[in-house]
Amino acid sequence: MIVQMEHYLVVSALMFFIGVYGFISRKNMIAVLISLELMLNAVEINFSVFNRYLYPERLEGMFFTLFGIAITAAETAVALAIIINVYRHIGDINIRKMNKLKD
Amino acid sequence: MEYSILILITPLLIFLLLGLLGGKLKPVIAGRIGTFGLLCVALLSYVIAYQYFFVEGTVNGKWIEKIPLNFEWLRFTDTLHIDLGILLDPISVMMLVVISTVSLMVHIYSLGYMHGEGGFQRYYAFLSLFTFSMLGLVVATNIFQMYIFWELVGVSSYLLIGFYYTKPSAVAASKKAFIVTRFADLGFLIGILVLSFYTRTFDFGLLTADSASLVVTSMQGASFMGLSVATWALALIFMGGAGKSAMFPLHIWLPDAMEGPTPVSALIHAATMVVAGVYLVARLFTVYFFAAPDVLTMIGYIGAFTALFAAIIAITQTDIKRVLAFSTISQIAYMMVALGVSGYEGHDGLGYMSSMFHLFTHAFFKALLFLGAGSVIHAVHSNEMSDMGGLRKYLPITHLTFLIACLAIAGIYPLSGFFSKDEILSAAFHHDKILYWTLWVVAGLTAFYMFRLYYSIFWGKEKVHHGEHKPHESPLIMTVPLLILALLSCVTGFIPFSKFVSSDNLGFDMHIDMTIALSSIAVAVVGIGVATALYMRGGDLPQKIAQRLGGLYRATFHKFYMDEVWQFITKSVIFKCICAPIAWFDRHVIDATMNGLATVTQKTSASIKGLQSGQVQFYTWIFLIGALVIGILALCV
Amino acid sequence: MNFLSLFVLIPMLMIVALFLSKEMKQIRAVMVIGASALLVLAAVLIVLFLQERAISSDEMLFMATTVWYEPLNITYAVGVDGVSVVMLALSAIIVFTGVFSSWNMTLAKEFFLWYCLLSIGVFGFFISIDLFTMFLFYEVALIPMYLLIGLWGTGRKEYSAMKLTLMLMGGSAFLLIGILGIYFGAGHTTMNIVELARLHIPMEMQRWVFPATFLGFGVLGALFPFHTWSPDGHASAPTAVSMLHAGVLMKLGGYGCFRVAMYLMPEATQELGWIFLILTGISVVYGAFSAVVQTDLKYINAYSSVSHCGLVLFALLMMSRASMTGAVMQMLSHGLMTALFFALIGLIYGRTHTRDIREMGGLMKIMPFASVCYVIAGLASLGLPGLSGFVAEMTIFVGAFQHADVFHRVLTIVACSSIVITAVYILRTVGKILFGGVQDKHHIGLPDATWFEKVSVVALIIFIAFMGIYPFGISEIISDGLAPVFARLAI
Repeated sequence: MIVQMEHYLVVSALMFFIGVYGFISRKNMIAVLISLELMLNAVEINFSVFNRYLYPERLEGMFFTLFGIAITAAETAVALAIIINVYRHIGDINIRKMNKLKD
Repeated sequence: MEYSILILITPLLIFLLLGLLGGKLKPVIAGRIGTFGLLCVALLSYVIAYQYFFVEGTVNGKWIEKIPLNFEWLRFTDTLHIDLGILLDPISVMMLVVISTVSLMVHIYSLGYMHGEGGFQRYYAFLSLFTFSMLGLVVATNIFQMYIFWELVGVSSYLLIGFYYTKPSAVAASKKAFIVTRFADLGFLIGILVLSFYTRTFDFGLLTADSASLVVTSMQGASFMGLSVATWALALIFMGGAGKSAMFPLHIWLPDAMEGPTPVSALIHAATMVVAGVYLVARLFTVYFFAAPDVLTMIGYIGAFTALFAAIIAITQTDIKRVLAFSTISQIAYMMVALGVSGYEGHDGLGYMSSMFHLFTHAFFKALLFLGAGSVIHAVHSNEMSDMGGLRKYLPITHLTFLIACLAIAGIYPLSGFFSKDEILSAAFHHDKILYWTLWVVAGLTAFYMFRLYYSIFWGKEKVHHGEHKPHESPLIMTVPLLILALLSCVTGFIPFSKFVSSDNLGFDMHIDMTIALSSIAVAVVGIGVATALYMRGGDLPQKIAQRLGGLYRATFHKFYMDEVWQFITKSVIFKCICAPIAWFDRHVIDATMNGLATVTQKTSASIKGLQSGQVQFYTWIFLIGALVIGILALCV
Repeated sequence: MNFLSLFVLIPMLMIVALFLSKEMKQIRAVMVIGASALLVLAAVLIVLFLQERAISSDEMLFMATTVWYEPLNITYAVGVDGVSVVMLALSAIIVFTGVFSSWNMTLAKEFFLWYCLLSIGVFGFFISIDLFTMFLFYEVALIPMYLLIGLWGTGRKEYSAMKLTLMLMGGSAFLLIGILGIYFGAGHTTMNIVELARLHIPMEMQRWVFPATFLGFGVLGALFPFHTWSPDGHASAPTAVSMLHAGVLMKLGGYGCFRVAMYLMPEATQELGWIFLILTGISVVYGAFSAVVQTDLKYINAYSSVSHCGLVLFALLMMSRASMTGAVMQMLSHGLMTALFFALIGLIYGRTHTRDIREMGGLMKIMPFASVCYVIAGLASLGLPGLSGFVAEMTIFVGAFQHADVFHRVLTIVACSSIVITAVYILRTVGKILFGGVQDKHHIGLPDATWFEKVSVVALIIFIAFMGIYPFGISEIISDGLAPVFARLAI
């Protein structure tokens, strides 16, 4: 079986929507973060796939993916730091309770 | 005669001096400064009167209007401007003499009467202010200047009535006096506005010139709500005069004004300020006569009614100052009637002349009555007749002068009241019989209530004078003014008044109409006789009669409930039905609308702020749905 | 540098000096020196103005223009005519006396900082002849109000401050619309009033621009039914702020109404003026009637201000030269009178700690100086000849009554009736709080006015009496300044 572009896209779409579902429904902030990562990675897969199949002679998609991975790493670090700090302050990482700033 | 400005400047300076530095001066010094200033004013006004009447006043036998001084004070439009100036003509010079004489007497008298009262300096300051304003009023060259000083006399009257400001009744009386006259002044002001709108001038000279032709021609044909504009304007101006001169139904403030110190009542509320209304009508008499004769008729009837009304009330009052107050109302109404029945030119203008004549003589004997009453009050420390009786032994000078004044006001020959009253009756007789008979009855009533007063004070049973001291005669400083005024009350009747004052400024001869004179003396004598029978011995006959009359007596005693009517109008109608609802409306409708806008904004934002929950997951969910909806819509289209 | 800018510069320097000063004494010195400088400046301005006026026939004198933002034609343009000179003098007097009335403020430094900012706004407004700069200064005058009332006020101060600011801001929203309408209506070439006056704004534009502008300024001038900020605002504000607010800030409204709304849009004024005339007529009588039943001294005075300021707008809309002169005189007179009232109320409140007239009585015995001054203020307010109220009101009434139309004359009579009602509430207050017996035993022995309070009160009384006795000079300056406005209106 030849792996077509569509196969990749199905996987990434699945990943993305699992991510969306997780992002919306999970209460644990770490789980939310993981879901976020899933969505980002789904997007990155798409970038590479489109680059590989549609414009094989160019490399912008690949570059963008690499940038994305790096930024995601940084972002995850920051997010985790925030989560840890939040946990230290209020002893909980339930995202539904993180609404004290609204008033 | 430029020096005549001094008669205005002197009292003003004294007012400023005593008003600003009064606290630093000794009371007696302040009183003496004030009295001395007034002496200068009085002497000056005599000089002016002499100069005017005997040296410079006539041109070809006609009294002229001399304007020694006039300058523009405030310009409104090209033609309308307020000038301040001095106008000397027979009536203003006559008023100068009256005001400064009575004021001087009151100043001297007060040195004794007010001795030891707190606020002596303030008292003299206000007296000077009053004298200044009153003199300014009478020498006004234009109607707006008159209005200015009109307001100023109102304020000085307010300040003097409320002199005993810790006494609630005095405060209430001063407030009432000011507001009632202010209400009347509103009419005056509107009248001035209407008059000046058509004539484009405030100047008395222009208004009255050539038989008031300016007024007549400029207002020709203009009417408002069925009446000619001239009638409206002049009736409104008369309303101002009626307020100051206490004509029915605006008379209610005057009896209450007796809360002020007695010399003040003598000066302001008997001799000078209250006749300002008469003076105003007299000043504009030409205009009234030619432009709105119907208003003059109205003035005559209002005057006659007021005269009768006040005389009846005066019979039942027990406070001696109130009796005098009602008597004042009645006598001023007499002057008003005289103006109302007056014609123009020569002997036809008898009413005008007699009105001024009565104003002149009345000022002296009424001031004398008040000062005499003050002397009595000074002796017994009470205003009530029931606390008096048999005082003739203790107060011989007061008794004598009071008797003279009573005879004068009753119109007994040869005292001054006889002459002026006779001329008024004669003028009324030739004009309108109803008015004449009303006045004739009032003359009898006047004699009756004055002698009721006289007997109750000086005759009858002596009251037990509880306390340590017997009533005693007032000091010389108080009795000398009484004697001077008594002398004036005796002699002023013999002045050939019609030579000096007449409606067309040409002197004429007046003569006493014997039938009318006899009938008026007769009715006065009857009045005195009845009073003698009832009150000289002080029996209980009057009470019996009062009981017989029942409701009528009570109604009269309560001044025909006029106070209550006004009380009802002000308290229940204006205060409760206009002011309070408006204030309520302001807080609960207009303010509430504004607050409501704010509340609605707040509520709306409160109800939609739930959307901004801070839940990122919720936002995402909404975003997702939104994206889906838009996507589907995009596909469909 | 134009010397009119000194009016703005001096308060700015005062702010700098206040930042540098540490002790109460220094703060007071800065304020007194600064305020006196402003007063002297105003006097110098009057003298120079009279000299210049005699030789120049320009509409505005001492004009100067600095380009500020070219693309929108915004300039910093200053200039004065007779009316603004009078208003500047009034502002200087009130600022000066206000300093003495707030001698013992808590947090004095901060208070005076905002106070100076407020005066920058006021002075700037009166010297500006550029619409945008004018609007800017207007806003500068409004904002400090919020803090001054909210922080230093009494009673429901937060509520009042918020209400006042919101309503006036609402007004300035209309104003901004109006100003933009004028700018674009006249072909977006200039914001300068003098130049705008030579251009024509199309009638369809004027029909909505005029009401917006008039309403915008009218809110500040306590136009019925947008006056309700005034009673609450005044009641809560500290003394000096009440003085400045009622004395000067409310005059910004009246001044703006004729300088911007009526001057630039005479046709619309002719056409739509009657609507506002009725509203102002209501203001006059309504304010007076409302004042009769109030029990709080400041409320009485606030409603009386509604009535008196209503008379200002009323007279302006009568559009005769005499009545408009009267309107400006009334602004001046009311400014002085009401400042005096608020100074005295502040003085009394500072001692008795109540403003309820039912809880006071017999103050004449306790504090004679303050009471006598209160009586004088009252007499001025009810229009006693010889004090300022009389000349202003009479000029208005006589001027307004010259109108050819019967409706206007009848309305004038209605407005006239306010003089009786004024007498009622003034005498009621005076009778209740000053005369009679002492109501509250704790009031016995309260001290009379201190020297700095006396300075403020006496200064105001002197100006009131001066205006009452010598009105012709003032009336001439004003009438002269109004000539171009009137010439445009009389088409």
